[in-house]
Amino acid sequence: MKPAPFSYHRPETLAEAVGTLGAFGDEARVLAGGQSLVPVMALRLGRFGHIVDLGQVGALRYVRDDGGSIAVGAMTTHAAAGRDPLAAGSVPLLARAIPFIGHFQIRNRGTVGGSCAHADPAAEIPAVAVTLDAEMEAAGPERTRRIPAAEFFASTYTTTLEPDEVLTSLRFPVWQGRTGFAIREFARRSGDFALAGALCAVTLDADCRIERAAIGLLGLGAVPVRAFQAEQAITGTAPGDLDMTEIGLLAVADTDPPDDVHATSAYRRRVGAAMAAQALAAAVAEAQAGTGITQEAAHG
Amino acid sequence: MADHVADTREAPEQGVSVAQVSMTVNGTARRTTVESRKTLADTLREDFGFTGTHLGCEHGVCGACTVLVDGAAVRSCLMFAVQADGADVVTVEGLTPPGGGLSAVQQAFREEHGLQCGFCTPGFVVSVTAYLRDNPAPSDAELRAALSGNLCRCTGYQGIVAAARRAARELAEEQQ
Repeated sequence: MKPAPFSYHRPETLAEAVGTLGAFGDEARVLAGGQSLVPVMALRLGRFGHIVDLGQVGALRYVRDDGGSIAVGAMTTHAAAGRDPLAAGSVPLLARAIPFIGHFQIRNRGTVGGSCAHADPAAEIPAVAVTLDAEMEAAGPERTRRIPAAEFFASTYTTTLEPDEVLTSLRFPVWQGRTGFAIREFARRSGDFALAGALCAVTLDADCRIERAAIGLLGLGAVPVRAFQAEQAITGTAPGDLDMTEIGLLAVADTDPPDDVHATSAYRRRVGAAMAAQALAAAVAEAQAGTGITQEAAHG
Repeated sequence: MADHVADTREAPEQGVSVAQVSMTVNGTARRTTVESRKTLADTLREDFGFTGTHLGCEHGVCGACTVLVDGAAVRSCLMFAVQADGADVVTVEGLTPPGGGLSAVQQAFREEHGLQCGFCTPGFVVSVTAYLRDNPAPSDAELRAALSGNLCRCTGYQGIVAAARRAARELAEEQQ
């Protein structure tokens, strides 16, 4: 037995879970799929007096149409989200990011909400949320609030959730029109956290110019970030006029990635620039080909 | 707190540090009393005697402890036994055919030299069994990606990839 002793709570409702968290404050930790928290406990990087297991709160497992956005319950496993036809059709970037998460055994337990609450800067779901401007819904003892993804991730392994709040769902906006989506990342081994990665969503207008663009970066800072400068630079342009390598470099210009045993900061930026260039090119190509699935198509 | 977690030490509102858990393991109903912090892997080995479930890293990296929980391949070191209360668990011991002998996946590992010391093998066998059930005709790249969640320090993986490929082929033939 490697984790330190703890008291185990298994609420069956969200209200019960919030109540338990409120009762124990900082001593309590929410257990979702456990694929990050249990290693933290096994290595004794963290010890918690009270573990609040959301495994029996069935109301937090769903993928549904929320009118203009797709709502994913926080306890939906990566595997379930990955095989959901509504998510795949309406939020292709989410579906495409999921195979990059760990291994299939991890995806069978790990959850969409747990990944966000854990807030690893190289994790995929947080990066998708930031790229698509998802809204995170949190339930506390007094109220439920919606937090823009950009304000949810505070720092490495740190969110702006209060100790007595539970992340309950993510709402991913559905992009309409001639859209394209891509994620590219580089990891030393399949299933490892990426050294760096990039996500891209674009919409083309009737003249085939980039009408809307979002470029997200993972592993390049304390939180997943947007490359606003690069987005601005490409909006309104004809993709054929773009030097993708240059846009990739612009995308990482403001980043200051960590230096560690796996890669230097400079190398991470080079990888990030290459991933951004590739993701942008792939997203544009998909939008040009008209294969980017819109909500209408998914429902048709 | 759910009624079927018997609190044996503290008031329910305080949570439980020891609990009684019930689960089906390889088709047989089992029950034991465990500390909350005891992993499913340790419980399968120590309480139920299914020592085919191996523990390598004990923090979710190596995959040696992979078992099926309600049909899904998961790392049993990343699950507490209390979380498996009421679940249907299958370990490598539960994969052999009813009459004994080896399953198609196990036989393929034997024929293709998919193991050397054998420590990682139960995890590979469980993972490959679940993967091929859900993806009966994987490409080479898909198969290699699926195998990436299990570590082997002996074989260099070539025999394991060959074994998984052979198992896929033979299971497909069995289906016909």
